[in-house]
Amino acid sequence: MMDYERIMSRRVKSLQPSGIRKFFDILDTMQGAISLGIGEPDFVTPWHIREAGVYSLEQGYTKYTSNAGLSRLRAAASEYLKRRFDIDYKPSEIFITVGGSEAIDLCVRAMLNPGDEVVIPVPSFVCYGPLVTMAGGVPVYVETKAENEFRLTADELRGAITPRTKLLVLPYPNNPTGAIMERADLEAVAEVLRGTDVMILSDEIYAELTYGQKHVSPCNIPELSERTLLVNGFSKAFAMTGWRLGYVCGPERIMKQMLKIHQYGIMSAPTTSQYAAIEALRNGDGDIEMMRDSYDKRRKLMLKGLRNLGLTCFEPRGAFYMFPQIGGFGLTSEEFCTRFLQEEKVAIIPGTAFGPGGEGFTRICYASSVENIETAISRLGAFLERLRS
Amino acid sequence: MNEILKLLEEDSRYTPAQIAAMTGKDEQYVRDTVKRCEEEHIINGYTTLVDWDRTSEEAVTAFIEVKITPQRDDGYDRIARRIYQYDEVESLYLMSGSFDFSVIVTGKSLREVSRFVSEKLAPIEGVTSTATHFIMKRYKDKHRAFLVEPEQEERTLFI
Repeated sequence: MMDYERIMSRRVKSLQPSGIRKFFDILDTMQGAISLGIGEPDFVTPWHIREAGVYSLEQGYTKYTSNAGLSRLRAAASEYLKRRFDIDYKPSEIFITVGGSEAIDLCVRAMLNPGDEVVIPVPSFVCYGPLVTMAGGVPVYVETKAENEFRLTADELRGAITPRTKLLVLPYPNNPTGAIMERADLEAVAEVLRGTDVMILSDEIYAELTYGQKHVSPCNIPELSERTLLVNGFSKAFAMTGWRLGYVCGPERIMKQMLKIHQYGIMSAPTTSQYAAIEALRNGDGDIEMMRDSYDKRRKLMLKGLRNLGLTCFEPRGAFYMFPQIGGFGLTSEEFCTRFLQEEKVAIIPGTAFGPGGEGFTRICYASSVENIETAISRLGAFLERLRS
Repeated sequence: MNEILKLLEEDSRYTPAQIAAMTGKDEQYVRDTVKRCEEEHIINGYTTLVDWDRTSEEAVTAFIEVKITPQRDDGYDRIARRIYQYDEVESLYLMSGSFDFSVIVTGKSLREVSRFVSEKLAPIEGVTSTATHFIMKRYKDKHRAFLVEPEQEERTLFI
């Protein structure tokens, strides 16, 4: 009898599975439950983009593309980044990946030597730490604070940097907090990093979804651009999560090394998705505005709803999540969310799922119908009333 | 104002409180704006999109191309008024191109609609010809698709 537990990779076994799996097992069995737990657009991919994918299939474009992706797509990405964010990357400094997730994995794997440290502001998306561990690196978590609007401050960063620091992850606009980094915040980061060899992994998957101000990338800060690896993709901006398509940009010498991992592990990103993505980048600006405008209305609706219930909630400036404080009821975030699901049939995510510093918070996704949002708020009101009495 | 109108056009059941929250405006301002729009006929009513094909109700809709001779002084408007005042007429548009009016007519049966065209519409003074096209299936109206596609299976529950 094989003892699989003994022979499997210790590193893989050391990874924690997502702690909220059981949560969704409960949800699965419920009638009339509302899930505000899924972090994806509630729009279907705009038809002209889907149609471009369908057309490519009709043409018979079903073979591998070059490893780096279609050159027309890389050129379109280069133009798009310039047009939308004033970011300069030549097509040769961009390559196409299977979602932003692969791009993050590649950055980490291309840069880390065993024992290298990666500074990760938390709460943030769940993948950075495990990917760093798998690459033999050491995640160093920095807890951002609600009073700083969940931005990474210069002092917090300074305290986390050591001679072993190789990468700084900048996950902004942020999932789950909705925080953004503005120019001054990034300039402060630049000052801390001056004179070091620390590279930045800027995960800008939500860059198109900011409310009230345009997204600023470290690539827009002259001092930071040379030390930045930019990750972006199509999932959030164009409602294309299932197409699994993203891209990574950076100095050509790094891209050349990184491409080897992609070449051996992936070959090339899905061809149909790449053809659809060309259409998205060239003719999708209107879709972005329409969807952002729609999220913004729901953002305001939910923020007002949460505040009316007496919850303290930082006004999110980006992405499509609220991150209200739910401490102070004598429950952990996980207990709060589990009971809320069991008693009121609404799924929201405990803040602790997003790393240290998430205790006392919950993430609520507002990329859902107005009706769902209103029902969830009213059920939350009933739940809080019981907790308070 | 336009932001409020767009929201109401999206879903006329939105309450002033919801619209106020979504636009960041005061609730009273929303109420006042809607009232003013109603008074100024910017808002001309609220209705529901019904797919009658899913009910037992017998209903027929026709799209009719109408050519006319414009009248002196009144141009198209006088004839238009004589057409749209019939309850059977759901919509009436003045068109550019090879015909003048597009008339959408509803009735209980093909015969009822045909009779309306031959007995009411065609004889109107100034109407020179009609071409009736019966609508066989309504796929989309007011940005709403009437065919409901099944939800994608096995979606992720968390990310």
